[in-house]
Amino acid sequence: MPLLEAREVHCGYGAMNILHGVDMAIEADEIGVIVGPNGAGKSTMLKAVFGLLTVSQGEIRLRGEPIHNLAPNRLVQKGMGFIPQEHNVFPSLTVQENLEMGAYLKPENVKRMLTQVYELFPPLQDKRHQPAGELSGGQRQMVAMGRALMAEPSLLLLDEPTAGLSPLYMNEIFERVKTINAAGVGILMVEQNAKQALAIADKGFVLAAGQNRFTDTGAALLADPEVARSFLGG
Amino acid sequence: MNELVFFINNVVVAGSVTGSIYAIGAVGVTLVFSIMRFAHFAHADMMTFGASMVLLLTLAFPGAGSAVGLPTAVVMLPLAIVLTAALAVGIDHAFYKPLRAHGVKPIVMVIASLGVALMLQGVIRLFAGTGGRNLYIAERKEIYRIDLPFETVTRPVVVTEPQVILFVLTIAAVVGLHLFLSRSRLGKAMRAMSDNPDLAQASGINTHTIVAVTWVIAGGLAAIAGTLLSLDVTFKPDLSFFLLLPIFAAAIVGGVGHPFGAIAGGFVVGFAETLAVFNWTVLLRPLQQHFPEWLELPRSLAFVGTEYKIVVPFFILVAILVWRPTGLFKGKVIT
Repeated sequence: MPLLEAREVHCGYGAMNILHGVDMAIEADEIGVIVGPNGAGKSTMLKAVFGLLTVSQGEIRLRGEPIHNLAPNRLVQKGMGFIPQEHNVFPSLTVQENLEMGAYLKPENVKRMLTQVYELFPPLQDKRHQPAGELSGGQRQMVAMGRALMAEPSLLLLDEPTAGLSPLYMNEIFERVKTINAAGVGILMVEQNAKQALAIADKGFVLAAGQNRFTDTGAALLADPEVARSFLGG
Repeated sequence: MNELVFFINNVVVAGSVTGSIYAIGAVGVTLVFSIMRFAHFAHADMMTFGASMVLLLTLAFPGAGSAVGLPTAVVMLPLAIVLTAALAVGIDHAFYKPLRAHGVKPIVMVIASLGVALMLQGVIRLFAGTGGRNLYIAERKEIYRIDLPFETVTRPVVVTEPQVILFVLTIAAVVGLHLFLSRSRLGKAMRAMSDNPDLAQASGINTHTIVAVTWVIAGGLAAIAGTLLSLDVTFKPDLSFFLLLPIFAAAIVGGVGHPFGAIAGGFVVGFAETLAVFNWTVLLRPLQQHFPEWLELPRSLAFVGTEYKIVVPFFILVAILVWRPTGLFKGKVIT
């Protein structure tokens, strides 16, 4: 049974439909990457999965259990974590308080998970008493990922984690995504840096105009000349 | 040196009293704003409501205080806190929650709170009467006269019992609030929601719970401030009229959404008021001999007359909005 399975998902903002029947499936230990041109509905799909938008048709299942249109806090309870692209930290809370909020529903986890997150992102440990709003973009992204990991999710959703970051931080973030996945967390992420993202992807989903265009392994998509020509800039 | 005692009584004590009342009120306003993003105009009426509950309970059980050795009104205060907190949560459920669910603009919420304010004023008059009432019903107000150990001082510093209780409760409320917001899981979640409500929800924080907790704290604090003000002076159903502007001024001076800013703002506004109406002639008179002869001290030298006290917070409000719209501690700008 797939960890996450979406079938024929229709979704949008109010009356404006953006997704017109999108299918998607990833297994428990896989990295799934959604790529595609601007306005293809990549982030919309992620928000639909996390219950931030209303799914008007189709279904989304987590380990076989229907989850579409459940409230986000219920999904967190069911083991899903979401990292928005922007505004993904609590700026006036310290780094450590940000992380604690990630384990809000599992307060007994805090101590153990803090140690793990600081191991994964050593720079955060030194800055743990600093307000997250004072950190650089890359460090904030680390706080955001750390916060989501605190709840020990089985599926992590990332919306363009490398947007606006320097190449150095970009590589760092991709490395961390691989590490997190290796620890057994399923990943579904939207990425602008399609080539780099597909290189670490077990499954790649190319969306265009709210529909699936290509679905294959990351490597196969990278090798496909048609995908390369239309979506990866040659 | 008696002039100094006059200054202590009329500025230090009076300013601390007014400041404490404004501070506790402003904290409620600022907490509600930081969680729900609207200016709650019915807040001062929640303060009056708390005091009216104390009045009714004291009338019902006038002997309760002597059993514990405290004024009956103070004994009834915890009960009034609970009732006012319940009222705040109830009002939210009945009036604000449906509006939030529709995603209305903040200004709609503000107007709704104005409606709630008018309603509360009606309810308070209905049950507690329209006139002023003393909250000391079976007892006498205790007045402490503290003589200063100087030979030239013949007048005592005067502090009343409700003022002492007010200072104690203000300190307790500030310390308690600080510990709650910085140490407890719920308090941190409250700050998180104030920072970023969407992310708070994505972290699994139940935002409905946070809203309810905010109302409980705001309502409870309102009851404390309203009751102690009424104990110190008298209970009046239109108390809120004189409180609303200063507490909003205090919240804005401190930086909206910044609880400790609101406390500082409360004292700034409170002291500004008392200093503005203070008769400076009293302090200057002993120095008269050093002044040139042509300069004669007027009998009364105050910045504004007591009857115009209410313009002081208004002036501070305008000044802050013009020169430093985010308040002393960088708060959120009201839009």
